[in-house]
Amino acid sequence: MSEIEFLDWVRGPGFQIAAVIFVAGVIIRILEILMLGRKKNLAEARGSEMLGGLRTIVTRSMHDKATFQRSAFTIVSGYIFHTGLLLSIFFFAPHILMFKEVFGLSWPSLPTPVIDALAVISIIALLTIIARRMSNKVMRFLNTPGDYLAWLLTITPLVTGYMAFHRIGLPAPTLLAIHILSVEILLVLFPFTKLMHAFTLFMARWYNGAISGYRGVAS
Amino acid sequence: MSDRKNTAQADLTLGEVLRKRGISRRSFLKFCAATASMMAMPPSMVPAIAAALEKARRPSVIWLSFQECTGCTESLTRSHSTTIESLIFDHISLDYHHTLQAAAGTHAEAARIASMEENFGKYLLIVDGSIPMGNPGYSTIAGVSNHDMLMETAKGAAAVIAVGTCAAYGGIPHADPNPTGAVSVGDLIKDKPIINVPGCPPIPVVITGVLTHFLTFGELPELDHIGRPMAFYGKSIHDRCYRRPFYDKGLFAETFDDEGAKKGWCLYKLGCKGPTTYNACATTKWNDGTSFPIEAGHPCLGCSEPDFWDGGGFYKALSMPTENITQNIIYAAAGAAAAGVAVGALNRAKKSKAQATHQKVKLEDLNK
Repeated sequence: MSEIEFLDWVRGPGFQIAAVIFVAGVIIRILEILMLGRKKNLAEARGSEMLGGLRTIVTRSMHDKATFQRSAFTIVSGYIFHTGLLLSIFFFAPHILMFKEVFGLSWPSLPTPVIDALAVISIIALLTIIARRMSNKVMRFLNTPGDYLAWLLTITPLVTGYMAFHRIGLPAPTLLAIHILSVEILLVLFPFTKLMHAFTLFMARWYNGAISGYRGVAS
Repeated sequence: MSDRKNTAQADLTLGEVLRKRGISRRSFLKFCAATASMMAMPPSMVPAIAAALEKARRPSVIWLSFQECTGCTESLTRSHSTTIESLIFDHISLDYHHTLQAAAGTHAEAARIASMEENFGKYLLIVDGSIPMGNPGYSTIAGVSNHDMLMETAKGAAAVIAVGTCAAYGGIPHADPNPTGAVSVGDLIKDKPIINVPGCPPIPVVITGVLTHFLTFGELPELDHIGRPMAFYGKSIHDRCYRRPFYDKGLFAETFDDEGAKKGWCLYKLGCKGPTTYNACATTKWNDGTSFPIEAGHPCLGCSEPDFWDGGGFYKALSMPTENITQNIIYAAAGAAAAGVAVGALNRAKKSKAQATHQKVKLEDLNK
């Protein structure tokens, strides 16, 4: 397989396979969770489930003082890498072209040097996160292979994307193909790893808030 | 290219031929220096190139054209007849070339056979066009299939130069669904040094540069991993593109006639394959250094790369998928919704069954 054939494969059939598995996997898993259902609450509602749920989605995304003091590192590095990652995924001009091709939607891009810097910052943040996870005894004890896998799946597209943009080490078509392939691997494994939190996070937060909302108390 | 002319000039060295043509020593050395710098050789090599070229005897060259469009020959003949490159090309002994030779029919074939016999083991074989393997009748010359003629002619060749993307990688005939079963020269010939000079067509000076290298050193230049001379194919179009600063800044032309296009911004969004294409267009340029496609406002098609015809469309940006993803995503979502509901229903049934069959354990049961 030549490097151009490799590139054509990841842009064609490879992309097709990954997109189908990702979409189908995410939908099946979400439906499975939603359809588990809950026992009917027989108590009279003293507030709105929806409002309480939505409020908690917001409040849980902000740290409270005590939590911040306890785990400042996790919160700061976590926010940095999530922000950098999301901005580089959704605001890099070539990526927006891809979304436009698939979904027909387009939006303005960030300047390329900004994306470049965000990618580097995200990579550094992810490295510090793994270093801490591996050096801290308690965290190491709590880590599962799934955690390492999720970390690897996340950092690989960032590193390969950076290498493809700066054309480091290998012929350019190979670098681009490896980058796209790393994203495809991410998409394929996404529904079956902790990466599903990107969707379930909001469901879980909403539900936590909804319970309190129903009872008419602050969550 | 008559035999008489060939014989008369075959005895002369290149230096003698050039002097006869009125080429001054100064312009000859200038050519050697240009060639050296073009091929990334140190200036100290210039005298060596000059000395070698001075003494070089005109090598016999056989040019075979298979499934091709003659664009490669057209390109070569536009290497500007007044320049010294074309003179050098005049003074190899081009013993067989469909388009350029005077002889026709049996005489033409006789010239090829005669040259092969006379220069066995020494002649250069240049091929343009791919070779059909589906049916020998798809392309024949004088009743001989392309495959048979290539194999026969390659036997006595010192080296083979595959000119153009068709000869180098199959090119357009090889494009999906490859109706003729087209293959490249390198797919068939395994026991000779092969140099690929791809492009659709290749840049004239690249063809003459490779020949110059061969005349100077008697061997082929350093090649990359897919057989292309590093001197010309070592850098990508993107890395040498004068519009690269716009790419780095994220300034793109969105259409062929918007403000960005008028300002000469990067053509990435219009499908430019410059980032994945290795060729010398951005530096050597075309039409005697006038410009190259990107300079004329058109994205690079990636013509010097294998399978350039199958990249999902010339106007599709490199970051875009080449297949219709949207449709399959819709099907996948619909299928998954049905499957998800089915799985959920199964889970519920399991839960209800568990509840129905749930038995309460009494204290007496435990004491039994």
